Amino acid sequence: MTKRATSWDRRKRRPPVVLVILAVLGLSVFVIPLLGLLARTPWSDLPTLLTSDVVLDALRVSVVASLGATAISAILGIPLAWVLARVEFPGRAIVRGLVVLPLVLPPVVGGAALLFALGRRGLIGEPLNEMTGLVLPFSMWGVIIAATFVAMPFLVITVEGGLRNLDPRYEGAAATLGAGRWTVLWRVTLPMIGSSLAAGLALTWARALGEFGATITFAGNLQGRTQSLPLAVYVAMESDRGAAVALSLIMVVISLTVLIVLRHRWWGAL
Amino acid sequence: MIVGLVAGALVLAACGGAGDTTGDDVLVSAASSLTEVFTEIEEAFESATPEIDVVLNIGGSSGLREQILAGAPADVFASANISNMDLVADAGDVEGDPAIFARNRLEIAVPTGNPGSVTGLADFSRDELLIGLCAEDVPCGDYGRQVLQRADVVPSVDTEEPNVRALLTKIEAGELDAGIVYVTDVVSTGGDVDGIEISDDDNVYADYPIAVLTDAPNGDAAAAFMAFVLSDEGRSILADHGFGLP
Repeated sequence: MTKRATSWDRRKRRPPVVLVILAVLGLSVFVIPLLGLLARTPWSDLPTLLTSDVVLDALRVSVVASLGATAISAILGIPLAWVLARVEFPGRAIVRGLVVLPLVLPPVVGGAALLFALGRRGLIGEPLNEMTGLVLPFSMWGVIIAATFVAMPFLVITVEGGLRNLDPRYEGAAATLGAGRWTVLWRVTLPMIGSSLAAGLALTWARALGEFGATITFAGNLQGRTQSLPLAVYVAMESDRGAAVALSLIMVVISLTVLIVLRHRWWGAL
Repeated sequence: MIVGLVAGALVLAACGGAGDTTGDDVLVSAASSLTEVFTEIEEAFESATPEIDVVLNIGGSSGLREQILAGAPADVFASANISNMDLVADAGDVEGDPAIFARNRLEIAVPTGNPGSVTGLADFSRDELLIGLCAEDVPCGDYGRQVLQRADVVPSVDTEEPNVRALLTKIEAGELDAGIVYVTDVVSTGGDVDGIEISDDDNVYADYPIAVLTDAPNGDAAAAFMAFVLSDEGRSILADHGFGLP
């Protein structure tokens, strides 16, 4: 009896060899490209490259656009997630499909669609331009909108998941004790889905930071105005590979840092 | 189920890989501005030599150059300028000598109806217009800047597009008021953009070189394709698309 228990324990402790080999291969899919990047990094030129105008401009555009997109996603995405999780209405499956669509759509297609809808001659863009004189493409707003389009689904699906797992009795109890609907939302619901919310925000921000295809298609590419880090990498790839590698390195460092720092927040929620 | 999917994908990938290396495929890396004309040349070449299948890899010349220098398997390189071909040749990646097969000029492209009332290069400095150029490092961007410099115009640029077709698309959509593209690009849209000529004094000529690559997986078929581009039939297709002939 005891003997059998020990051997089971040992088997549990030592994972199957095949699985480990496959897992290591799986990890190498992510690690090998990073090694390639590090191998090509011009370490001695790095300080000069990292403080060049192109890099600093791109960094500024990326920070502003990714934070802007995350803020808009929070303001619009949390209510959307709440409606999807809590309100029964016909066509809810279709709405959910529409929300998830940008996750699978090639971003270039998203960018083209944004251009046809919000461009100067677009469905909504044209009347908007006539009324307000506002032109969204080729502006920072264009970069933020493109990033919001591709990134907001991450927030919606994560928060919706959190809301679905939340036991509605807590909200019910708060309501019974006299809390208004807004108070319940602010004081009970949102705090209780805190980890999902943090995970959603982190993923949304990371996706917005990496956004390329929709941005270059919808917002164009101009240093200091719409050229974010990924766009700068793409352009530099064809002229100055050292700069391209330096820019890529910044993106890897920023993204990894944020994901590792926030790991406890989103690990549990996904 | 998953194992089946993976196995299926691997089998497909293996077939694709085998077709690329041992079959009679020619992979032609060609500049964006050659999109339509090379598609037509591909069809003509394939009907003349049905045993060879041409696969076009279209992109900005500098991007294609980087792919080749990084070891991407291509048989033929057709660039929109000489400097990109020189960089590939200097790296020892070109078999024999590149040949100039076509010549292009630049033109101002505006959306149909010319909403920005653009009349010439001088309008490129108007701040209220949305102006696009190609990025500095692709040939059309380099030529475009040369033209503006010769005309003594400092442009108020709103976007630098990664290749000439991306620029053309945004002009066609009416999102930009003007841009500098090749004459042949304006021809290729079949009337969806209006062209405004640039005077000979300001204009520059773009020479298009073609070459077979040293590491071409399929050298003989590559040489046959290059010969076809330089033949009378190839030249007449090029001329139909507005290219000048050397």
